[in-house]
Amino acid sequence: MTAQPFAPLASFAPAPLRRLLAEGRLALRSGPLTVRITSSEAIVARNLALLYRQHPAADAPPFADFHVQIARPAGPRRWLRPQVEFRLDGHAPFLSLPAAQAFALLEWGMNWCIASHCHQYLVLHAAVLARGEDAVLLPAPPGAGKSTLCAFLAHRGWRLLSDELALLEPGSARVWGLARPINVKNASIGLLRTALPEAVFADAVPDTKKGTVAHIAPPPESVAEAALPARLRWIVTPRYQAGAPLSATPIGRPEAMAMLIDNAFNYDVLGEQAFVTLTDLLADVPCVDLHYARLEDAQGWFEALGR
Amino acid sequence: MSTGQGWTPAVLALLLREPQGLAALGEHDWDTLLRLARKANLLGRLSCAVDQLPPDALPACVQPHITAGRALAARQARAVRWEIDCLRTALEELDLPLVLLKGAAYLAADLPFARGRFFSDLDILVPRARIGEVEGVLTKHGWAATHHDAYDQRYYRQWMHELPPMRHLRRGTVVDVHHRILPLTARFDPDPASMLEHARPVEGLPGVRVLAPADMLLHSATHLFHEGELPNGYRDLLDLDGLFRHFSATEADFAGTLDARTRALHLDAPLAFARRQCARLLGTPGLPAPAPAGMRQHLLDALYGHALRPQHPLLDNALSDAARALLYLRAHWLRMPPWLLARHLARKAVMRARPDEADAAA
Repeated sequence: MTAQPFAPLASFAPAPLRRLLAEGRLALRSGPLTVRITSSEAIVARNLALLYRQHPAADAPPFADFHVQIARPAGPRRWLRPQVEFRLDGHAPFLSLPAAQAFALLEWGMNWCIASHCHQYLVLHAAVLARGEDAVLLPAPPGAGKSTLCAFLAHRGWRLLSDELALLEPGSARVWGLARPINVKNASIGLLRTALPEAVFADAVPDTKKGTVAHIAPPPESVAEAALPARLRWIVTPRYQAGAPLSATPIGRPEAMAMLIDNAFNYDVLGEQAFVTLTDLLADVPCVDLHYARLEDAQGWFEALGR
Repeated sequence: MSTGQGWTPAVLALLLREPQGLAALGEHDWDTLLRLARKANLLGRLSCAVDQLPPDALPACVQPHITAGRALAARQARAVRWEIDCLRTALEELDLPLVLLKGAAYLAADLPFARGRFFSDLDILVPRARIGEVEGVLTKHGWAATHHDAYDQRYYRQWMHELPPMRHLRRGTVVDVHHRILPLTARFDPDPASMLEHARPVEGLPGVRVLAPADMLLHSATHLFHEGELPNGYRDLLDLDGLFRHFSATEADFAGTLDARTRALHLDAPLAFARRQCARLLGTPGLPAPAPAGMRQHLLDALYGHALRPQHPLLDNALSDAARALLYLRAHWLRMPPWLLARHLARKAVMRARPDEADAAA
């Protein structure tokens, strides 16, 4: 097998891209990870071409971290209201979804691969943004507005490392990013379309289990630096609160520790190593609870961090 | 090696046993090996095998996956040691030793082939006469019965060789409490009391016992022989190979003891099966030459060829699913008489098709 070098996905024409995907030959690089994807779904090819334009891609490189597939399960539903399922090496960890959600399912499936297999990192459910080498970690429960704020800041001077998964290097404050598309939901979609006219949106998909979802392409500058780790300097738990004045309240270390453990996917796997990594981190890094009503106010507050 | 081809059970087993061979693999070989190992629940074993190599022996892209595998193996070992201690404390109230089976036993006895072996449930063996007391004391210590459905409860209690799995309320860990070796309905009836009697203490773990070497191997063989669903068939075959190799090297006259225990426990068929599949698929040394095969044996060999290797799309072909379905039927055939089998499978089919109604009817 001759290994082709990696080149931006945009350099693949639509027809060859569809063929590579159908034959399971397309590999995409996202931060430190390479994922090989198989799918014959048109929406998968279309959204990959739109949202992963600048990501390095290759035709059947010798090694990939994960080999994933979006395929239609066998049975009569292949044709009647078709469904798709996500598979890692033939194993389908979730129930199938309507074919219209094929791309969203691929994104969620890749998140699952990382959260349940990448124990070389302490994986946190959090967004990560960076300015230069300094990164801010944004852990928050679903519905707090984390992805909305992350998408906004990523288009206002911050480098996007991740909107969903923070990859902490155990024993250090280093964090690795993926620069993958940002998944926003429901009312946030319209709001961000207005606030970020330059952002690239994929078509919104209604009626998913998270409501209507849309993916926003990561800014090209973030993708260009996706392989570079950053150093965690701040932890901010953001919460959107309509009509509330902007307020920032420091969080005590014990409380911050409990919150980070709650947001870790593999704290139990890494055990003592995870405990030491997080306690060392919290010894140096302040943790702040941020309430805001307007994205611009939050942007100003983030701008002032460390200055 | 190209994708899929060449990755026979024997080739994989050799790499795990003699990891020097791993140093010769290129990125593409590793790509395939990691996929097979992950799917066959062998990433922990592979990661522990890599420990014997110099640190720069692997391509850089492989190292993170080995680090992840090591973390999983360490977590498993940590969690199982804790669980063993909790179970031992509970059974002490009844003056019963803790007799471990399968994965937990291999780990407690620190058998070299089982380092980094993944498994989910803890299996223990208790005297049948004390089963009620054991269930009571485990409940007191936080384990609760699962399978609340009345049919499942009756299925386990009336026919099976174990209690319905008990799950710890806080830790979520599952213990299978065995009181026999095989279901009450099975064609074979090995004597559990004799296995308990021969169980040996574990060095460094007071109050904990594992089956004697020959019994441990026979138990493993009997379960694989009767197992219908074989997602971990390859891992279990590696156990048998490891047990044959380890005890042949460490126990005086292991083959003789094994033959004697096999006769005493009436487990000739499972032992013949274990020897045959280990010799055929893994080239396990020191086994007597297998008997010449008839039509029936040829068919079984072909079916087991599909089931006792990693179940991965790279290795599967058009016949693999059918082969596994036939082995599922065969296992049930061995586990229960035909009239009960028909009733049970019909019941399972209805429950799968209409879960709510089946619940209501139970």
